[in-house]
Amino acid sequence: MKKLLSLSFLIIGFFAHSQLDRGNFTGNIESIFQYLNKDSIIGATQPTSKGLLNSYMNVYYTHGNFRGGLRFESYLPRIQGYPTAFDGTGLGMRYVGYGNKFIDVTAGNFYEQFGSGLALRAYEDRALGYDNMLDGIRVKLTPYRGITIKGVYGLQRLAFRSGIQHSNGTVRGGDAEFNINDIFQSLQEKQLKVVVGGSFVSKFQEDTDETLILPQNVATYGGRLGLRYKGFTLDGEYVTKGQDPSVDNNFIYNTGFATVVNAGYSRKGLGIMLSAKSVDNMSFRSDRTKIMQDVLINYLPALTKTHTYNLVSSLYPYATQPTGEIAFQGEIVYTIPKGTKLGGKYGTTLNLNASTAFRPKRTPNPTFETDSSGVAYTTRPFAMSDSLYWLDVNASISKKFTKNFNMIFSYYHIVLNNNVGAVTKQEGNIKSNTFVLELGYKFKNRSSLRTEMQMMFVNRINDNNDHVRWNAPGAKATDNGDWATLMVEYTINSNWMVSIMDQYNFGHYDKSKRAHHPYFTVGYVTGPTRVMASYGRQRAGMFCVGGVCRYVPASNGLTLSVTHSF
Amino acid sequence: MKRILFTLIAISILSISFGQEHSGKDKSIPSVVLKDMNGKTINTAELAANGPVIISFWATWCAPCKRELNTIQDLYTDWQEEFGVTLVAVSIDDEKTKNGVPTYVNGRGWEYIVLMDPNSDFRRAMGVNNVPHTFLINKEGTIVYSHNNYAPGDEELLYKEMLKLKSN
Repeated sequence: MKKLLSLSFLIIGFFAHSQLDRGNFTGNIESIFQYLNKDSIIGATQPTSKGLLNSYMNVYYTHGNFRGGLRFESYLPRIQGYPTAFDGTGLGMRYVGYGNKFIDVTAGNFYEQFGSGLALRAYEDRALGYDNMLDGIRVKLTPYRGITIKGVYGLQRLAFRSGIQHSNGTVRGGDAEFNINDIFQSLQEKQLKVVVGGSFVSKFQEDTDETLILPQNVATYGGRLGLRYKGFTLDGEYVTKGQDPSVDNNFIYNTGFATVVNAGYSRKGLGIMLSAKSVDNMSFRSDRTKIMQDVLINYLPALTKTHTYNLVSSLYPYATQPTGEIAFQGEIVYTIPKGTKLGGKYGTTLNLNASTAFRPKRTPNPTFETDSSGVAYTTRPFAMSDSLYWLDVNASISKKFTKNFNMIFSYYHIVLNNNVGAVTKQEGNIKSNTFVLELGYKFKNRSSLRTEMQMMFVNRINDNNDHVRWNAPGAKATDNGDWATLMVEYTINSNWMVSIMDQYNFGHYDKSKRAHHPYFTVGYVTGPTRVMASYGRQRAGMFCVGGVCRYVPASNGLTLSVTHSF
Repeated sequence: MKRILFTLIAISILSISFGQEHSGKDKSIPSVVLKDMNGKTINTAELAANGPVIISFWATWCAPCKRELNTIQDLYTDWQEEFGVTLVAVSIDDEKTKNGVPTYVNGRGWEYIVLMDPNSDFRRAMGVNNVPHTFLINKEGTIVYSHNNYAPGDEELLYKEMLKLKSN
């Protein structure tokens, strides 16, 4: 009934616009169809329905101060590797809203982020199959120039089963942000810019456990500060969480915290960034029994660069360990100026990035088994052990030689502790060295060619899984061995493109598994519309967006996709 | 109950397509409050206040986006002189990669206005499926052209659209 009411409301809105004034419609459509075959060499299976389809359409409407929106979703059934929380067909989002200069109210579904998201972030990524939107009410107030106050109250989207399925717990919270230079007119022109903010988020979930007394209300709160001075920036946020026994932390009664600090300096031609993060027991969900990517209230960014080339982005990526980690990242981008010997006619850009993550250092509670505190250990921010979770050192050089010819060369050294952020079955650390050469050439008739040549070499192990030299007796490549990718993309004109890619794990220790993965794609783009058809083998791998990853099994078959924006 | 729902849905879609016909091309920029790299708030509805604007959605992890914006960078001074156009590069990087935005933008020497859309609010409002997605907005604030994806040479299409705008 509720659905019906909100829908009617929207429809009234739509009609109102066509009678009186136009209003503004925006939105988008995406539809992906797959027909998959069985392929025993790469371990691909054929789904029983043979055909798979993911579709959605968003429609947003604004008219003066009024707005509304809805999304239809269909998973008939979902495409290969898409999370099982997506099933059926129906309405997956709907909201109405009103906003003026002082107040902005949204009723229904909404996405929201407080500060850097350590306390609350409701967001979606449709490609990934992630959607933890809230359903309830949000109020934003701007009582004075430079002051923003937000309040949210709602249920989270847990799954889609021909309609929204809500999580068990309720989420409510508030956030205030003060832009000091805007509030005080006398500070407006000052070089130093200051923004301060604070947030409070609480969840309520009934305690139905018969053995434990579980906190039914769990709060997270914290503050943040942002400073800018000429080319320098410094941002930091710290949040802390009350006792929150859950499946994630094995039902311990520790409190949690998370902090992220970012510092940067940049001027034209040079950018430097340093980040540090410390997280402990900070998994925060509206349902304490859920795991994986379900009903997370907060967002703990992984301090790693999001790579674009397929071997480095999808074989051994890293996702934050919400139960605890200490991480660092640094990056430098420098462009050697045009007209210099090294810069050449167009300048040369150098990029150096490094990131690492470690296990926190914890002092176990010696009486954990006998005392009734439920506190398993003590730790403090940035107390780290020498147990490595992740290391990534990468560099790239981009150079445009002539108006029509450019090159990017990149190198990646990555170590992933696969016992912690497991992405494959291999035990222990997986080390890899990857080289990528990308070349682009634009022809006179406006067509263009782009190629990527990628080589990934993994470490060698012996029968005891110890890392050994590549030429040691009995050495074999770890996991699935070494990989190479060759990709050639030809853009015929502004509408048509074709590409062919082959991924080949030439270094698999089991010779029968050294498979080629050819993949052909034809694409047609006109304005905001894109139609693509692909056919071939896709290897199993991790598909990641913004540090959230999902496993996509190997497949062999046809994929058709259509996207359009309006 | 279900039948009623679907009838209503069908009606609403019809109403949408009807509305589309009416509004045609005079679609304006939705109002979303974003911050620039210096933390200054900007209402997207006011972007075209000082002449035509190119809005380009991008991310530090999106290779074709960077190809597009690096290509336009070499032409940007000429475009500004010829059309008085401003390019607004909207980064959809979230908290994971957001801090790399000023590093990349300044490291590359871009002269665009850069806005941060870390929770994709503006991206959603503009109906952007995936990046890169580029819009051309005239000085009245109306979207006159949009293009998804980037292939080398697409900047010439954008140039032609700006020529059309100028001759109108």
